[in-house]
Amino acid sequence: MNNEVQISCRNIWKVFGTNPEDFLARHNGQPSDEDFVNEGYIGAVRDVSFDVRAGEIMIIMGLSGSGKSTVIRCITRLNDPTAGEIDFEGENILDVTPKELIEIRRHKMGMVFQNFGLLPHRSVLDNVAFPLEVQGIDRATRNARAKEMVELVGLGGREDYFPRELSGGQQQRVGIARSLAVEPDVWFLDEPFSALDPLIRMEMQDEFIRLQKLLKKTIVFITHDFEEATRLADRIGIMKDGRLVQLCTPEEMVLNPADEYVAEFAKKAPRGRIISARAVMGPLVDTVSAENGVNATTKIGDIAAQVLNSDAPVAVLDDNGKPIGAVDRAMITDALFGEEG
Amino acid sequence: MTVTASDPGAGAMKNSIGVLLKKHTLLAQLVGITAIGMIISMVWEGAIRWPAELVLPLKFWLTDFFKWLGKEAAIGDYKFKEFTRSISWVLAQPLKWTEYALFRGIKMLGLPPIPWVAFVIGVGILGHWIGGVRLAIFCIVSFAYLAVFGLWKDSMKTLSVVLVSVPFAAIIGLWLGIWVTRSRKAAAIITPMFDLMQATPHMAYLVPIVILFGFGQVPAMMATVIFAMPPMARCVILGIQTVPSDVIESGRMSGCTQRQLLWKVQLPTAKRTLMLGLDQVVMQTLAMAVIASLVGAAGLGQKLLFSLQQLRLGAAVEQGLAIVLIAVVLDRLTQAYAYRQPQHLLIHKTWFHKHAHLLTFLVVLIVTFFLASFWKELAILPKKLTFTLGRDLDHVVRWISKESYDYIQPVRDFITVSMLIPLRDFYLWIPWLVVMGIVGVAGFYLGGLAVAGLTCFLIGMIVITGFWVPAVLTVYLVSASVVICILIGLPIGIWASRSERVARVSMSICDTLQTFPSFIYLIPVIMLFKVGDLSNIIAILAYASVPAVRYTYLGLKRVPEVLKEAALANGCTPSQKFWKVELPFALPEIMLGINQTIMMALAMTAITALIGSQDLGQEIYRALPTADTGRGILAGLGIASIGIIADRLIGAWAKERKAILGIS
Repeated sequence: MNNEVQISCRNIWKVFGTNPEDFLARHNGQPSDEDFVNEGYIGAVRDVSFDVRAGEIMIIMGLSGSGKSTVIRCITRLNDPTAGEIDFEGENILDVTPKELIEIRRHKMGMVFQNFGLLPHRSVLDNVAFPLEVQGIDRATRNARAKEMVELVGLGGREDYFPRELSGGQQQRVGIARSLAVEPDVWFLDEPFSALDPLIRMEMQDEFIRLQKLLKKTIVFITHDFEEATRLADRIGIMKDGRLVQLCTPEEMVLNPADEYVAEFAKKAPRGRIISARAVMGPLVDTVSAENGVNATTKIGDIAAQVLNSDAPVAVLDDNGKPIGAVDRAMITDALFGEEG
Repeated sequence: MTVTASDPGAGAMKNSIGVLLKKHTLLAQLVGITAIGMIISMVWEGAIRWPAELVLPLKFWLTDFFKWLGKEAAIGDYKFKEFTRSISWVLAQPLKWTEYALFRGIKMLGLPPIPWVAFVIGVGILGHWIGGVRLAIFCIVSFAYLAVFGLWKDSMKTLSVVLVSVPFAAIIGLWLGIWVTRSRKAAAIITPMFDLMQATPHMAYLVPIVILFGFGQVPAMMATVIFAMPPMARCVILGIQTVPSDVIESGRMSGCTQRQLLWKVQLPTAKRTLMLGLDQVVMQTLAMAVIASLVGAAGLGQKLLFSLQQLRLGAAVEQGLAIVLIAVVLDRLTQAYAYRQPQHLLIHKTWFHKHAHLLTFLVVLIVTFFLASFWKELAILPKKLTFTLGRDLDHVVRWISKESYDYIQPVRDFITVSMLIPLRDFYLWIPWLVVMGIVGVAGFYLGGLAVAGLTCFLIGMIVITGFWVPAVLTVYLVSASVVICILIGLPIGIWASRSERVARVSMSICDTLQTFPSFIYLIPVIMLFKVGDLSNIIAILAYASVPAVRYTYLGLKRVPEVLKEAALANGCTPSQKFWKVELPFALPEIMLGINQTIMMALAMTAITALIGSQDLGQEIYRALPTADTGRGILAGLGIASIGIIADRLIGAWAKERKAILGIS
């Protein structure tokens, strides 16, 4: 992961009501929550700013109505934000002409939808080839490319099926293949697995991880499932009532929740899979040896058995194998079950 | 609310009425309005019958306007008449060629029309392609009937009008529908126009058409296209608006331009709704093509009209059956096409396989053409080979009506004298001012000021243009019929919702009845009841009770299973479950069914004018031969107004109720 910023959102507002621009202007661009209530406006997105870095998986998490879907629709211009700036690969996406916007969507963006959004009258292959077709690419080329994508998502042999003839998980695989057909720079996924059964959801998450290892896209991923978020995210942004409450790595979120609301989610997090040894280790003590030490980035769930079975503290090593700290039983149990536990 | 000591009884009564009125402000207002209206009408005759000298001569203005439009109107040198002529010409061309192909043949080139054998088999092949063997057999039997009973040429005339009108109506409807979804302004203008057009009966369209385009086949097509277009546009609008947002967004994110989005995403996704629109266009076109016989359109409709006028009921039955068969075939074909689903198994067929049906038809066509040059009977079935049961049927019909008349007549007379006539006199006795007041108050409670204003305005227009009496007579016929429709329809609908078997049978009967052009319903009524108010009502009943049954059934079917289980778990008896849980839940849907019944009853009153009545339908009917355009149009709009008033009141109630119950 490098640090180049690919998408930059600054102070985005999306307000619904009779005259949203006027409403924002009257309150100097910063209406309070009371203003919304008093004047009957709805603030779907309120003053949200964040950057998405190239190659990272950024997950926006929130309950329904928190504005997370609206944020992703502002970036893709499916909805136009009421105020704010969105920089997409160095270009202000809110200023582009409709024609340029179509070009950007045709080449740089791919999107996956919660209810798949497949065209019922087209076969799997024709659905996947659709974004290429609207660009005017000839049939042979687009079908070859689409076939490749269908193979990639593991639906080889079902090219001629119609969406109606596929299961939910299979339909979403088609949606994924279609969104990747144009080799987009940024991949948007709007609750892609939320309409699926839990078991299929897990399977699709694994599939997603496998694809991302291959493709290394920049990803903006929306979900309401905290477990899904902690499983897939490089960074998680939590939204509540249109505002971005906290944006950080899953580990920071569990260790230092910004407020009660985030803490409530963090409580349910699988801590063992999120917290690394570095975050819980104590100072280096003389009794440990580098032998049998653990890497600082290892999650504590993976070293718990080793530490709990060892009478002495276990060394924590940096990437060069040099001890930088130590963990003992108490530290692990505290971290796994929280301080109170 | 003072209680006087001298008359405690009256005081108590006053008191309780006061409490009652306070509790029910609506009731209070209705009582008040009625009282005021009655008092005014005692003082001023005009509140009962609008004075003749104050009638707005709108109908004469309209008649003069259309005369002027048809004869003199011009922009510069270009006369409006030339415009109507060029439209006629454009419509006449495809009609001419279709007629050549279907029944005329091209005499100059010595080319015969498509042999009837080829046509019958062709319809069968089409049926097989769309819906399988059973549909194919049904198509073949139906069309063979047309040939064998000597109705081929007339059927082909009617079918020509349908075949040519449908594409025009469908394309114009598609275009208007797309426009409405794109532009708010267009929606604001076009949507209420469609409301009005759909509430106006078929016949009212014919009057101005006759003035502008004359009598005959082409004017019939004009009327047909105009009449059949709104349902298509409505389905286009509905179809486009109900495409799931995910699908639209995925189209936009795929980089569709506006045009690509429409043609590649929205319209194909809405295919089923569009096809149902097309189905409606086909059915309306056929209905109109039949009724257009009144303006001289040749074909089955005309033959049927003549038979009815000459009381040759046997022939009428045969011709009516022909119309019904064509209607059902067309309906089944378009319906089956709408519900066809794509299947992956079909993709990898060879070209020959994919086009097997078309190729078969071409082979049949060539072979029959070839054979027809030897045996003329294959091209056009000569009269001596057809047969008709007309005479025998006539005897049977006469016998039935004679035998049954002894039983039917006393019943008819009793109902007419002791129920219908008093009802009619009561309706005529109510001052229009009172009606206006009551409807206004009801409108205000159900739909707010806008609905109250609209309904009062419409009633006012009927009054001051001098159509109050025929309008009341229309309402009298419709209300009597609708009450009976409800009494018949509700129990059947309820029964159907309890029993799968009843549902299957009754719904397929409903489906079939709904495809019949309204004209058809006159045949059995004339056979059994002769003319009179009761006959009108029975014709209306036959046509209009379908929605009462269907919506009741659907409404009850839609009650969620969990709700019924909860009712049982709470200890409801079956009848409690029905009255306290199912019926309240289904009521909005049932009311919409009644609304629909009223609309269809109104449409039918215009048709029953043919067998005699004194209502608005009769006004239209009389306006036709005399070219009294204003009278015809205003009477048509009068029927439309009654429909719109009922629709606004009931529709507003059902909508609000559905919102409260959380049913979308």
